[in-house]
Amino acid sequence: MSVDDFVSHAASKWLSEDGPESDIVISSRIRIARNVTDQAFPMLSSDEDKNRLIDAVERATQSEEAKAIGRFEMLRLETLSPIDRMVLVEKHLISPALIQVQGGAVLLRDDEEIAIMVNEEDHLRMQCLLPGYQLDEAYRLADRMDDLFEETLDFAFDEQKGYLTACPTNLGTGMRASVMLHLPALVWTEQINRILSAITHVGLTVRGIYGEGSDALGNLFQVSNQVTMGQSEEEILGNLHSVVRQIIEHERKARSFILQEARTRVEDRVCRSYGILAYARQIDSKESLQRLSDVRLGLDMGIIDGVSASILKELMVATQPGFLQKHNGHEMGPAERDARRASLIRERLRQQH
Amino acid sequence: MLCEECGKNPATVHYTEIVQGQKTEYHLCESCAQEKGVAAYEALAGPFSINQLLSGLLNFDPLVKQRMEMPKSECPNCGFTFQQFKQIGRFGCPQCYETFDPALDSLLKKIQSSDQHVGKVPKRSGGVVALRRQLDDLRQELQERIREEKYEEAARLRDRIRDLERQIKA
Repeated sequence: MSVDDFVSHAASKWLSEDGPESDIVISSRIRIARNVTDQAFPMLSSDEDKNRLIDAVERATQSEEAKAIGRFEMLRLETLSPIDRMVLVEKHLISPALIQVQGGAVLLRDDEEIAIMVNEEDHLRMQCLLPGYQLDEAYRLADRMDDLFEETLDFAFDEQKGYLTACPTNLGTGMRASVMLHLPALVWTEQINRILSAITHVGLTVRGIYGEGSDALGNLFQVSNQVTMGQSEEEILGNLHSVVRQIIEHERKARSFILQEARTRVEDRVCRSYGILAYARQIDSKESLQRLSDVRLGLDMGIIDGVSASILKELMVATQPGFLQKHNGHEMGPAERDARRASLIRERLRQQH
Repeated sequence: MLCEECGKNPATVHYTEIVQGQKTEYHLCESCAQEKGVAAYEALAGPFSINQLLSGLLNFDPLVKQRMEMPKSECPNCGFTFQQFKQIGRFGCPQCYETFDPALDSLLKKIQSSDQHVGKVPKRSGGVVALRRQLDDLRQELQERIREEKYEEAARLRDRIRDLERQIKA
């Protein structure tokens, strides 16, 4: 694997493959924060400490147990071009914050399902990102990575406060579990705000992946646990599961409702969007996300066929500014990007037939 | 209005740059503004983040205000001060939690709903903690068996509890 392999393909495994319930659940993610005892948090730690930590993390991936989990590659952010860094953010493999810090690095498994940020806000931020509804599988994987690193690193832990993190909002389990949902029918039927506000009452938070609230672009929402203390990992996951299952149920009902009540309107919107994506010569990322969402809905509801769900998912990432520029090999202004985005979408949709 | 740079996010940063009498207006989103190195932006607007919210909570807490005058206001390990924590909402090193512990109780209850960790315990460094958790569970079970008058099982549990207690001491 090389840097180029990671940044030149839009299709991480979480994007290219489908998982359970993938007509609604795009991906499932676990993120665990850990810190070592013998260093200040990255905000204060020296360059020497940061390098030492990166080396120690890399060394931990040489063991037999690590090799049983997969092949890993460490990427130091300072060795990457600005566009490459942006691509890693757009693929959800690193946070925007990692780009801002000194001495940041990310350890990636070759299929990109595991991404471990080193020296971000915490020493380690371990992420497992799987396609579809696979929250438990993602947790098992993250738990295994945690055990692996714990063998050689001394993690800061307190009996009462749990795993110690730079920000007290991550104390305790240090775990954030989240599910990315595609909820076009709940947005269409205007039930989304009612559901979103109910979610916040049960210790979960929800936000738009792109954009905020009911204006979430592409109708993509991320539901995650709000607190990390006072609940075990299993309770956090159980709580999230029960809410996500209900949301899936509501979205399914809303989909059959709009199909019954407004079939022609739904079909019109889906097909119009498909037409625009297939023929537009200039499209901004906001519009393309919305159109891709419409087409995806049409596909999942059986209104259209001949498009693959994974291509739509892949285009969500491939049409982001960083990826477009990577694909084209140079920096572009907004107008050039809009034109390039439109032609990329046209090409990909045409390859389908 | 959308950001001129990425055309993706709403433009929330508006500013006018005057270089040698040449006026240029910019309308950017937050991330592009940062990327462009608009350091002046943060100085002007101040960052808004979870950390800032946290420090807001602290500043409004009268209890914390009193404790602010505690003598120990600097972490002996990393030199981080409680004043700094109030500003950025993050600590300097793991030991800060011990240093500033008295001031944290009410804050943790506010942001975490509980101040007791009940989840995973590290296998190696958390050895004793894990044993103590096990011990608590066994003691509870013992009480139940006694209540149910299952004395044989209770005796077995009592032996295991003694073993564990010895292990923890060692």
